[in-house]
Amino acid sequence: MTKLTGPQGPKPSRNSTSRYGVYGFLIIAAIFFCIPLYIMVVTSLKGMPEIRLGDLFALPGDPSFAAWTKAWSEACTGVQCDGIQGGFWNSIKISVPSVAISIAIGAINGYALSFWRFKGANVLFGVLLFGAFVPFQVVIFPIIIFFREIGIYGSLLGIILVHTAFGMPIMTLLFRNYFSSLPEELFKAARVDGAGFWQIFFQIMMPLAIPVTVVAVILQTTGIWNDYLLGLIFAGRENLPMTVQLNNIVSATFGVREYNVNMAATILTAMVPLAIYLFSGKYFVRGIAAGAVKG
Amino acid sequence: MMGKKIGMLTLALSAVSVSVHAANVEVIHWWTSGGEQKAVTVFADEYNKLGGDSWVDSAVALGENARALTMQRILGGDAPGAAQFNTSRQFEELIEEGLLLDLTPIAKKEGWLQFIRPTSVLDPCMKDGGIYCVPVNIHSNQWLWTNKKVFADAGLQEPTTWKEFLQVAPKLRAAGVIPLALGGQAWQERHLFDVVMIGTTDKAFWSQIWDKKDPEAASGDTMRGVFETFGALRQFIDQGSPGRNWNDATNMVITGKAATQVMGDWARGEFSAANLKADVDYGCIPGPSIKPYLTLAGDAFIFPKTDDADLENAQFKMASMMLSPQVQAKFNNAKGSLPVRDDVDMSLADACMKKGLKLLENTDATFAPANVYITADTNGQVDDLITTFWNEPDMSVDTALTIFAGIIDDAE
Amino acid sequence: MDERSNSSQSSQCITPTRSGRKLQLSAVLASVPMAIVALGIFVICVAYSVVLSFTKSKLFPNLNWVGLDQYDRLWGSARWLTSVENLMLYGVLFIILCLLSGFLMAVFLDQKVRFESGFRTLFLYPYAMSLVVTGLVWQWMMEPSLGIQNVVQKLGWESFQFAPLVDSDYAIYGVLIAAVWQSSGLVMALMLAGLRGVDGEIWKAARIDGIPTWKIYLFIVVPMLRPVVITSVVLLAVGVVRVYDLIVAQTGGGPGMATEMPAKFVIDHLTGRSNVGLGMAAATMMLLPVLVVIGPWIYREYVRPAKR
Repeated sequence: MTKLTGPQGPKPSRNSTSRYGVYGFLIIAAIFFCIPLYIMVVTSLKGMPEIRLGDLFALPGDPSFAAWTKAWSEACTGVQCDGIQGGFWNSIKISVPSVAISIAIGAINGYALSFWRFKGANVLFGVLLFGAFVPFQVVIFPIIIFFREIGIYGSLLGIILVHTAFGMPIMTLLFRNYFSSLPEELFKAARVDGAGFWQIFFQIMMPLAIPVTVVAVILQTTGIWNDYLLGLIFAGRENLPMTVQLNNIVSATFGVREYNVNMAATILTAMVPLAIYLFSGKYFVRGIAAGAVKG
Repeated sequence: MMGKKIGMLTLALSAVSVSVHAANVEVIHWWTSGGEQKAVTVFADEYNKLGGDSWVDSAVALGENARALTMQRILGGDAPGAAQFNTSRQFEELIEEGLLLDLTPIAKKEGWLQFIRPTSVLDPCMKDGGIYCVPVNIHSNQWLWTNKKVFADAGLQEPTTWKEFLQVAPKLRAAGVIPLALGGQAWQERHLFDVVMIGTTDKAFWSQIWDKKDPEAASGDTMRGVFETFGALRQFIDQGSPGRNWNDATNMVITGKAATQVMGDWARGEFSAANLKADVDYGCIPGPSIKPYLTLAGDAFIFPKTDDADLENAQFKMASMMLSPQVQAKFNNAKGSLPVRDDVDMSLADACMKKGLKLLENTDATFAPANVYITADTNGQVDDLITTFWNEPDMSVDTALTIFAGIIDDAE
Repeated sequence: MDERSNSSQSSQCITPTRSGRKLQLSAVLASVPMAIVALGIFVICVAYSVVLSFTKSKLFPNLNWVGLDQYDRLWGSARWLTSVENLMLYGVLFIILCLLSGFLMAVFLDQKVRFESGFRTLFLYPYAMSLVVTGLVWQWMMEPSLGIQNVVQKLGWESFQFAPLVDSDYAIYGVLIAAVWQSSGLVMALMLAGLRGVDGEIWKAARIDGIPTWKIYLFIVVPMLRPVVITSVVLLAVGVVRVYDLIVAQTGGGPGMATEMPAKFVIDHLTGRSNVGLGMAAATMMLLPVLVVIGPWIYREYVRPAKR
């Protein structure tokens, strides 16, 4: 277990110019990363006439949250005019189980691959890694037909299975690398004590894997929450995620584009992954440190 | 008021007798922006007013995404009750596979062939004696939208042909305005190309290329002229064109930054949203074209086959509702398109729409868009060629012609 | 006594094997989902897609055999060739730039700076943004009359030019900037984690020997980060091969063909252009190099039973 022991870098030199250099670099980088967010926020607070005048960086003359209200609860996406809020709970309904199940299975796979090396498992993993590179549109047709045959096309279960399947390569890679970095003795000692497959997994491995699990949560939440196409195709009309409404608002082909509403809708949609980043930054670094010890 | 009453009445009725015959008809469409959304609401409200069955809305932004979803849903055995397409060859394979409801019974009963005009609007719907879609509107593509004040200030005449345009454009530029506002996205570049093509040739040549797919004509001198005129327009746009949305280009005309834009009749919505008056503040010239023409592009609805008799009834009911005179009037006034029947009250139409209606009376002035004749695949190849040619001034007209003739030759 | 010892002995003999077998069974059972996904989706479905690439499938898959026609057309298509070139340029630069900027940010963050977690969050937040949003915002910023160029010119620097997306020669770099903005934070986090794993003793020893800091990083620390680099490259490479959303949102593949990508070619033909056969041929051509380049690496790294 790698503990987060704070910066390990070289001792800061007394030389103040190099300190300025360090901060200078970080601040310039921070500005580069901030600009788009700044633009999104100020635009969402402006009215359309002000946006048409076209100064992207100007602060809003008369800041208002009208665009936010509209994006959340009034914007029209076809006949319905209730903004993106309707999809919010659907996104939760899809994301929570999908994230949980895909991580659980990824963890079990990684654990089985690392400690229970039976014949053929590594070949499966190789195939899985190759699968990470397949654009999913390529395999959509057969999956649709298969789901139709077993009767889960257009259901919550269907979309959860799809997310689990497409998340599996990266999740398995992450957990496999993490578990391989743990000392084998841990496992052998547990085996000598007569612990079984599931016992070792739940009592020894998972508690140790909390940091890497946080990383997995971040990766999967981002991917699944931001997914639009799979949700549209597989979730069924009743369970469409928030991103479908967001896309309806943002990419209207023929009509007035309300950039302030677009930006507000965008920020609102990104709130959940952003919140998760903010609260788990510390764990993130700690988890990856543990997970990436072996490539 | 009246609508409300009827709504209350149906509510009361349905509360009393729970009809076992009511069906929910899910409709997939891509009308997600302001004006479009008002128009589709007309359909939904009118349908729900009929009582019993209800309109279940599934809006998906961008035509390509909505159409793909319809196909996938049909494949997955979860077909919607109805779905929007363009009047084109986009859904011919669905017909061939026997997946669509044949609307012939209701079309015969109501006499669609008598009141739909021009009848060629129905062509993409007809296959082997069956009728498989309902055309709901006509959207004309080729209009030159102008800022009248810009022309007046520069002391110039609005051009009505491409020849005139090429004469007036340098003067506009000298006066400090952008002669042609263009959104540089592949579909808009293609749109401009089509307008140049019909505007510098004629209907017969158009059909020689797209309908007859004549490779001789596709590499001949007339076609060369089309490419040359099209290429000559490159110098009259501004640096920021690539990637720009069409309505941002319209906005350049509205604000007087640009003098003209070539766009379909949906651009009207932007002008009226800016409180400008047709033929007073802004002009709409059919073309520019040697002879004024009107494309019969438009939207249509298909109804996937179902074994649920109630749903099938509801589908027939919806098809009939979409074509009824008062719904056609309401819908098209909201949409800014032209109705597909001539007995519709369009007294609310503005000067630009009236020009369109007038052209519509003359069958010689109407023609079908390219995608009625060629497959989506061929159409895409043409898109690729045009966007490449437009954005690479080094590409010679000869090269473009050779590729174009090859595409037309291979077209099915 | 005897019996008991016998029985206990026998049970001792039997139990491990029995439980061993049972345990093996649980391990195999636990791997069933992996097998289903690996074989079902990534073998059968991909094979099915390859088969379709030899057919004339248009809107729906069918089995009208046409041999290699689709491949002929594919490699004769200017758009496809451009897409492949674009992907190579973009892929190489994207991975290098992400690794480089991620590494630099991590190194500078690792100098015991103040507000480390604030900086870290700032560098990481773009990863939460969907690629569609990333594309839209950057498209805006690179718009000549609205964006950064306009703002700087208004400040008085009249000749300032920054509008890569409107120029065929530079558009791909515009996309690159947006992509690096979105992904380099993730690499930073990975690298930072790797740096935290570097033993403090190394620094002390190196200090005593008087080796300059940059040399320590280059010759001692970087080699230690190899596993982190591999993980990062896999994550980045997956994004490169599949790049689609960003292109659609930011440039639509334009100007002209300047930012077309293979994944977009595939998806356009599978959906809007109703030519499943050609789309699948393109998909097959995308996956072949993955198999050739990454296959041996996967085999060496993972499939060949590693000694632990």
